[in-house]
Amino acid sequence: MLAKRIIPCLDVDKGRVVKGTNFVQLVDAGDPVEQAKYYDAEGADELIFLDITASSDNRKTMVDVVRRTAEEISIPFTIGGGIRTTDDMREMLRSGADKVSINTAAVKNPNLISDGAEKFGVQCIVVAVDAKQVSDKRWKVFIHGGRTETELDAIEWAKKVEQLGAGEILLTSMDRDGTKNGYDIALLKQVTSAVRIPVIASGGAGTLEHLYDAFHDTDVDAVLAASIFHFRQFTIQQAKEFLSKKNILVRK
Amino acid sequence: MYRIMIGIIDYHLNNLRSVQKAFERVGVSSFISDNPQELKSADKLVLPGVGAFGQAMENLRVLGLENVVREHVANKKPLLGICLGMQLLFSKSYELGEHKGLDLISGEVKVFPTTVKVPHMGWNQINRVKESSLLQGVVENSFVYFVHSYYVEPKEDVTLTQTEYGFQFSSIVQKENLFGIQFHPEKSQKAGLQLLKNFGTLN
Repeated sequence: MLAKRIIPCLDVDKGRVVKGTNFVQLVDAGDPVEQAKYYDAEGADELIFLDITASSDNRKTMVDVVRRTAEEISIPFTIGGGIRTTDDMREMLRSGADKVSINTAAVKNPNLISDGAEKFGVQCIVVAVDAKQVSDKRWKVFIHGGRTETELDAIEWAKKVEQLGAGEILLTSMDRDGTKNGYDIALLKQVTSAVRIPVIASGGAGTLEHLYDAFHDTDVDAVLAASIFHFRQFTIQQAKEFLSKKNILVRK
Repeated sequence: MYRIMIGIIDYHLNNLRSVQKAFERVGVSSFISDNPQELKSADKLVLPGVGAFGQAMENLRVLGLENVVREHVANKKPLLGICLGMQLLFSKSYELGEHKGLDLISGEVKVFPTTVKVPHMGWNQINRVKESSLLQGVVENSFVYFVHSYYVEPKEDVTLTQTEYGFQFSSIVQKENLFGIQFHPEKSQKAGLQLLKNFGTLN
């Protein structure tokens, strides 16, 4: 049976991890590669690096991070942030990333999804959707790291990106992000029943119970979490033990 | 001492470094090449691959690598196909139309039914149905990393392991010295590394 995945997310700014410097065991806790190695050893199922600087002059730094990570870990990893063209995708994939995640660029130019899927295969195109609730059962898509509202309905947009060839959706609730109040279950339910590509839940995880709720109450395939792992509140192993005891199939 | 050389076939579709790196981790040396002459000198070949079936076959032909693969297999030298590379070993595929494969193993490549999410992405288990030296030391029901939208349906008795995803499909196949792995051993930690080590050291 296919296991549910737990995916730590590392925010990288100018080549350094900006959250989660609590890894006392590491020689250089700010080094994304060191943290990636740690999560790999601890049993993370995948990793996502989010380049929050995402400026063109920063690209070289990020490519270097991707190259070094690919040399060191043996689980798949995704790069997001600042990917605007298929050339950007190629550069990241050639450097060793398994998938690329696009957000703003996909909204501005939806063909980027189909072009990328055609060139590199649907399996490596992740579309990140930042959604904010506007009324009962309605969410709107935001871009530019959540600063700009668009006219797009999140559920409709999810269907569209699937049609265009996205292999996976990384769905973040902006209402829940950073609150530690749990994932937006209603949003996850709506999106997972609208598409049949895998969906990663993001935004709001504060306890292990929250991870369980996402898997138990909705059809998501993976959960993304940042702070609960970075600050060593819980280890990946603890999360997996917890889920496993509650009959959620995870890889141990 | 003679050192076995493994050639990783580069047919210009994707990054092959992770496969080479995984071999390094288990002490097996390999080289990446798109040169038919160089690849002909290899004792074993690895045909990796992520991408579309039709494009992959075309690239193999254009680069003169299809014949390298055929000769290698005709000479009974070991070859390992990974993911799309495994699918290419079969007769034909229905990925975006209908394409002829290498037809080294009789069977077809089909899309997963609409009852399951596609791509099949993430960690799933392998259950052995047949013993093989390739599986030595690989723990039963090990989790390995899959990412694919199509699966193989062999018409010969070649299945070594099956995986459940709505139904049981062939996740590792073997026909004499020809091996195919549907998942990514290079991204599958312990079990994946063991498989690569076994391939690297088998006689």
